[in-house]
Amino acid sequence: MPRLKIERYPAPLWVRPLIPVISIVVTFLLTSLVVLALNKNPFEAFYYFLIAPLASQSSAIEVLVKSTPLLLTGAAVTFAFSAGYYNIGAEGQLLAGAVAAAGLGMVLQNVPPVLAIPIMIVGGFAAGMAYAAIPALLKTRLDVDEVVTTLLLNTVILFFISFLLNGVWRSPVSGWPQSPEIADSAIFPRLIPRTRLHLGFLLAWISIGAVWLVFRRTALGLRMRAVGLGKEAARFAGVKVEQTMLTAALISGGIAGLAGVSEVAGIHYHLIEAISNNFGYTGIIVAMLGALNPLGVSLAALFLGLLDTGAQTVSRAMGIPIYLGNIVQSALLLITLAALVLQNYRIRRE
Amino acid sequence: MNFIVEMQGITKRFGVVEANQGIDFDLKPGEIHALLGENGAGKTTLMRILYGLYRADEGEIRVAGKPVVIHSPKDAIGLGIGMVTQHFTLVPPLSVVENVALGQEGAVTLDLDQMRQRVVDAAKRFGIEIKPDALVRHLSVGERQRVEILKSLYRNARVLILDEPTAVLVPQEVEALFQTLNKLRESGMALVFISHKLNEVMELCDRITVLRDGKKIGTVLRGETNEAELARMMVGRETFGVVRPAERRGGEVRLKLDKVNALDKKGLPALKNISLEVRAGEILGIAGISGNGQSELAQVLSGMLKPVSGTVWVDGKDMTGASPADFAAANIGRVPEDRHSGVVGDLSVAENLVLEHLEEFSRNGMMDYASVQKFAQKMIEDFQIKARPQDPIRTLSGGNMQKVLLARALAHKPRVLIVAHPTRGLDIGATDYVRSKLLEQREAGTAILMISEDLDEILALSDRIAVMYEGRIVGIVSGRRATPEVLGMMMSGALEVDYAEA
Ligand SMILES: Nc1ncnc2c1ncn2[C@@H]1O[C@H](COP(=O)(O)OP(=O)(O)OP(=O)(O)O)[C@@H](O)[C@H]1O
Ligand SMILES: [Mg+2]
Repeated sequence: MPRLKIERYPAPLWVRPLIPVISIVVTFLLTSLVVLALNKNPFEAFYYFLIAPLASQSSAIEVLVKSTPLLLTGAAVTFAFSAGYYNIGAEGQLLAGAVAAAGLGMVLQNVPPVLAIPIMIVGGFAAGMAYAAIPALLKTRLDVDEVVTTLLLNTVILFFISFLLNGVWRSPVSGWPQSPEIADSAIFPRLIPRTRLHLGFLLAWISIGAVWLVFRRTALGLRMRAVGLGKEAARFAGVKVEQTMLTAALISGGIAGLAGVSEVAGIHYHLIEAISNNFGYTGIIVAMLGALNPLGVSLAALFLGLLDTGAQTVSRAMGIPIYLGNIVQSALLLITLAALVLQNYRIRRE
Repeated sequence: MNFIVEMQGITKRFGVVEANQGIDFDLKPGEIHALLGENGAGKTTLMRILYGLYRADEGEIRVAGKPVVIHSPKDAIGLGIGMVTQHFTLVPPLSVVENVALGQEGAVTLDLDQMRQRVVDAAKRFGIEIKPDALVRHLSVGERQRVEILKSLYRNARVLILDEPTAVLVPQEVEALFQTLNKLRESGMALVFISHKLNEVMELCDRITVLRDGKKIGTVLRGETNEAELARMMVGRETFGVVRPAERRGGEVRLKLDKVNALDKKGLPALKNISLEVRAGEILGIAGISGNGQSELAQVLSGMLKPVSGTVWVDGKDMTGASPADFAAANIGRVPEDRHSGVVGDLSVAENLVLEHLEEFSRNGMMDYASVQKFAQKMIEDFQIKARPQDPIRTLSGGNMQKVLLARALAHKPRVLIVAHPTRGLDIGATDYVRSKLLEQREAGTAILMISEDLDEILALSDRIAVMYEGRIVGIVSGRRATPEVLGMMMSGALEVDYAEA
């Protein structure tokens, strides 16, 4: 038996773009086992998962609807990560935006849409920003690790929402834990009539565009990249490191807040506890799969939107539990992260 | 043939750059073989290939006559080839013994006493002085280097590559290193010695191979050559030393320190009541053996370290404890001690060049990349940097990286210039060039504070020389009257000179 050994040896450059592809293939191979365990045909399952949703126009548009919050949280995470600020709190910031949208939406009864909608957007952005400010200030003033604080705050706001929905905002009509409907004028207009595709989709692409613009074209973006790639060297060169990180964290929180607004004003029209289907965490997958690059991030968000839609199609067509979608997503994250680490090593015979 | 290593027709390309072009290089047991060449000539690349850090695109390597394929440093070590790079690979929180033996102990259980004994024996056998139980992070650069060397020897190296080992050493340490290397030569090892200092090469080495622009110019025997010929082979022309023209009294005081105290990383006093003045149009040299507070002084004067007491004035303005951003805004050019701490490796050359003065390359927050590109092109031409504007700066050779930092600091006609080790690791041509640039700034009226461990450099350039010892300034002497002997005594704390004299 030849002995094998593992050594550090970075993969050549041309391999990098292949990493998401390899990750996706490996993910499907592994999740096939789950499908087989359920005594179903994996090829059929993946047909319903990946192809069927694109076969009809209405379900293809549904893919775009599903990818909307992911584009936003993906952009949010990309913003922070590129500046070396590890914001795990897009989930919480999204919820803060959703709370603001629900609250504002209720009081904007007699305001015309041209005013109401911008107020919703600005309000949600501000709420996400404010909620991101807490850990960001702790990080930049007191050097408290942001990974821990942003993660913890995700849970805190869930409690706050539960408090609102079971108290002052409990629906007077049904008694369900959901906030009253927002005003008609605050509802996001549909981009295509008779579909669920709404203004939020446009906001998402504007956010992705903003990521590109800021990082490739502005002085702030260059500072952020410098801080992300080499904090102390950037400091030496006169970059205000703390201020730059704070800015990145706040913008990131704001964009995540937009995702909350978009879900409330574009889909549900009220606040519920389950308003976010882990979009904030999935945003991290999106950003990593997309290698923090605007084009990659958009493709990743669309792909995960497809997975979301596909999970429903599979479960409807084949009676496979909808959780398969979650399994595929989680497996994809772990495999992508593993691939990112493994690309630096190789195995060979002694 | 009794060559231990033969490299033949080695070619290595990085994108369009041909770092090595068909290079032949060989080593005999019992010789020290120097590798000379300007910055970016391809010396490090060639040796990284031999040590398995890079794969050659073409060419073959034979060790002791047998063709070999070296995939990794592990393979190289297996073949008895060791390398001491400029960036040490030691683990700072571990002890010297642990570092030397790390990864060498095969069994699952560790017999610590036995391991310690083996390391101590090895050190004795090779005549290398170490403190076996000290933690590496408490060692000086010279001591760390000795540990690195011992680490290779402990792994039974027959070939040892030293990439610019003297660049980081003070003169006394260089002497000690040479003794060690001589001893290793006598024991039959083959050594590769990379340096930019021709006198070192002439003192130490048996054969000398010169590279230029990735090509081999030739291999000569020490006895059959001289420094002038080597310099000609390296740069393709005669070189001239750069010396400061007549001394003069500077203009108004631009930089003033009054009783500045500061702590080092461990919280111990590193600067003790430092008081200095630097005037417009003069170079104040700061001499001293490394570790006597020069690093902290450079950090205080670039905003990276806040003094605990005392005052720093620039142009009459109190800048005590100001941030690096404030220093940049006040147009104080700074070249850091460790060049890697001054550049963001994954940003391009152009981006690193403009980072300090982004406001000049942007309007309403939008970058003007056309003017960035133009500026970078100009700096690359002016400072003869071997790189393209878009190259990630981490791919530059050490000397070229230094030129980028210098270009960044000088491009804005600074009021005050703080430079630490301006020519460390630079080839002769580049050294002359950098020194002439510093003198040009002096002519233009910049107040320059230059920290250096190279006495020749201090003596050649300084109008006045301040000597640091244990965090204090033990004397300031005029450049005209200073001699190496006097400075040497002051640097070792044996002599203090009254401030008022200079
Ligand atoms: N990893 C890399 N990627 C791209 N280019 C590289 C890389 N390493 C080296 N180079 C290029 O190869 C050339 C030779 O570099 P090398 O480091 O071998 O020079 P050197 O002779 O050691 O110079 P110095 O005296 O400044 O250390 C340079 O032009 C450098 O920019
Ligand atoms: Mg080199």
